[in-house]
Amino acid sequence: MQRLRVRYAKRGRLRFTSHRDISRAVERAVRRAGIPVAYSAGFSPHPKISYAGAAPTGVASEAEYLEIGVNRPCDPRRVRDDLDASLPPGLDVLDVVEARDGNLADRLEGSMWELRLPGADPGEAERAVKEFLSADLVEVERLTKKGMRRFDARQAVRSLAVVGEPGITAGQETVQPCVILRMVVRHETPAVRPDDVLMGLRLVAGFAPPSPAAVTRLAQGPLDATGEPADPFAFDRAGGDR
Amino acid sequence: MSVESLFPRLEPLLPKVQKPIQYVGGELNSTIKDWDEATVRWALMYPDAYEVGLPNQGVQILYEILNELPETLAERTYAVWPDLEALMRSEGVPQFTVDGHRPVRAFDILGVSFATELGYTNLLTALDLAGIPLEAADRTDEDPIVLAGGHAAFNPEPIADFLDAAVLGDGEQIAIAISEVLREWKAEGSPGGRDELLLRLASTGGVYVPKFYDVEYHQDGRIMRVVPNRDGVPTRVFKHTVMDLDEWPYPKKPLVPLAETVHERFSVEIFRGCTRGCRFCQAGMITRPVRERSITTIGDMVEAGIRESGFSEVGLLSLSSADHSEIADVTRGLADRYEGSQVGLSLPSTRVDAFNIDLANELSRNGRRSGLTFAPEGGSERMRKVINKMVTEEDLIRTVTTAYSNGWRQVKLYFMCGLPTEEDVDVLGIADLAKKVIKAGREATGSRDIRCTVSIGGFVPKPHTPFQWAAQCDHETVDRRLRALRDALRSDKEYGRAIGYRYHDGKPSIVEGLLSRGDRRVGRVIRAVWEDGGRFDGWSEHFSFERWMAAAERAFADEPVDVDWYTTRERDEHEVLPWDHLDAGLDREWLWQDWQDALNTVEVEDCRWTPCYDCGVCPTMGTEIQIGPTGRKLLPLTVI
Repeated sequence: MQRLRVRYAKRGRLRFTSHRDISRAVERAVRRAGIPVAYSAGFSPHPKISYAGAAPTGVASEAEYLEIGVNRPCDPRRVRDDLDASLPPGLDVLDVVEARDGNLADRLEGSMWELRLPGADPGEAERAVKEFLSADLVEVERLTKKGMRRFDARQAVRSLAVVGEPGITAGQETVQPCVILRMVVRHETPAVRPDDVLMGLRLVAGFAPPSPAAVTRLAQGPLDATGEPADPFAFDRAGGDR
Repeated sequence: MSVESLFPRLEPLLPKVQKPIQYVGGELNSTIKDWDEATVRWALMYPDAYEVGLPNQGVQILYEILNELPETLAERTYAVWPDLEALMRSEGVPQFTVDGHRPVRAFDILGVSFATELGYTNLLTALDLAGIPLEAADRTDEDPIVLAGGHAAFNPEPIADFLDAAVLGDGEQIAIAISEVLREWKAEGSPGGRDELLLRLASTGGVYVPKFYDVEYHQDGRIMRVVPNRDGVPTRVFKHTVMDLDEWPYPKKPLVPLAETVHERFSVEIFRGCTRGCRFCQAGMITRPVRERSITTIGDMVEAGIRESGFSEVGLLSLSSADHSEIADVTRGLADRYEGSQVGLSLPSTRVDAFNIDLANELSRNGRRSGLTFAPEGGSERMRKVINKMVTEEDLIRTVTTAYSNGWRQVKLYFMCGLPTEEDVDVLGIADLAKKVIKAGREATGSRDIRCTVSIGGFVPKPHTPFQWAAQCDHETVDRRLRALRDALRSDKEYGRAIGYRYHDGKPSIVEGLLSRGDRRVGRVIRAVWEDGGRFDGWSEHFSFERWMAAAERAFADEPVDVDWYTTRERDEHEVLPWDHLDAGLDREWLWQDWQDALNTVEVEDCRWTPCYDCGVCPTMGTEIQIGPTGRKLLPLTVI
């Protein structure tokens, strides 16, 4: 069975899709596109599509990943075009490679996030970031399925900065003056999410933006020496014949 | 004048609400047409949550047909949940369409499809959020025409004050006709304002405009008469019937949502209408005659629908799907075509007949035989004669046993409680029936791994049926019988654990009864309930019986009527019913005779296979039964 690895984006208003919404949309798009997806055996067969580390509902992303098992060999470029055409605009296929060995999810060690904070004060943001980074431990709380949980939001943060230039404007459609934060966060359990870091900024420095953050995941992958997520497909591509 | 998208104002609210994706639009096969290039603009509403409203066939069909017309556009709007409603109120965001996120008030027509009366309070929320005056009398030329359709529109009197107009029956042709009237009127410079437009619509005879009719009452509260108060307005308004469904193969491009909805499948209506003559069934009475879609059109629609949608489930819809004259060829043909693929086919048919099992077996060739559903509706032989559901106990046991023998392990049986003339023993008979079903099933299969679920709800008498004169059973009696049935099922040591029991308590049925057979005075109750916070009455977690009763008490304080008067009171033959001026084609004398036959346990055969029994629909409406067989077959699909 050939396995195809897909990088896709979740943009604009489609950032409000949940993980379940996306998996339904992908299954239907795969059928419409005529991609020969493999099915599991058994009483109720399921298409062999697996998802790695989906971004939360409401968060946009330029770097989501999934893997499709197919019955007969497919040209990744053609799958990229067909699947992209079948998915609704806003769920956009960016890259497809044929999988070599290894587990894709294991390669997704960390994410780079961008947070746009409309109406926030840049000076306050700078101060809060400095405070946060100088702390060893920033304990935050989040309501999980198992109730309120306390955990450290500091150690997972590889880098955090107020950036002058907006990144890819995949989030909110409304344009207004805003502070832009960029951070690289290591994937851990419990997962530290961008809003946990925001809460940390409030706890350490009282930084409270007036409206909700528009969050976009910019990249996901192995964390290399530079501290930035590298391309998780590099290994697959290196072994490929194209 | 162009209209701007409300999305930039809505967007900041979305991270704060549950399931924001339902407000975003962008469904596959949805359409956003240029606002300025259209002269006729429809906002189509299904007055329930998106997850219920999106799959609605009626809205999808009209949406597609209207958007195919030049100069016409149609967008959709649904009821917003209370969390978003609160934010929209505080931020001043009006009711919007999910397609272009345009304000509903900017449209020419707000067409609302009422499958059930329990959506009435949601209509008021939408109007209020849209900034449209609740009462039609307060609306100006700046407001859309608020138009109701759907089965509940066959008695729109309880919401008459909130509506400008209503249409009865199939919507395809009348929606086009209304668009044309509107277009012409606009082209002439909108002479006479909305009043003239409504008069033009009313004078076609196919659009009911409540304000052109006066209702006069007797001292005791009964209606004396309903009369037109304008020249050129017909005394009676007739329903619409689409003949030749092959000419209307919609939906061609089903809407595929991102959000999860209640029906995750592509549905094809294989015929409309039903003449089985079940006396409780409003749908069967108001959609006559039977009009089949041909086997080849069904095949084409299924093929195109799967291709356009990517759905893996196809439902073959109708009021009694196994009654299609070529259903065996349809199911075999489709099963052949999709064998080995991941496409699942379902036939939500509920007739108690061994033939049904053959069909179900055919559709489940791939081996998924989980559950089958049958609807005997009445628990005793006598009860089934009263309601004209011609199923003997023998039929039922044989059918269900066949199902179990064919590998179906779970059978669901639907019943109603509170039917006319019902006694405790009729309901308790359901327990005996269920036990016999399990006993026979165990004997036939030699296995104890079979189950049966009894599902039962309260009966509500509906307009345009033989039971329109009947007294609705009070909720205390319904609840007492439902509890007695539960106890009878649970206490049984031998079979009790193999029988599941699902029931709905009787109180919501009383409110449904009030709204179903109500007149214009009931509108005050609806408004009072809404003002008191009533929303989403079809959802048990939002429904409040006490709120409805308190509102009714206030609203009827100075009237000689109350909730019982509308619900548990039997009407006599000559009482003017609130919907008597609205014509579904059924002959009133035939309906009365059928009501008498019910009381005398006299059954009526289906007119498709026996001579016409003069219900009156075909001669009144100029229609006729359209059934096969065509003799055609479904050929295998060529794979390219």
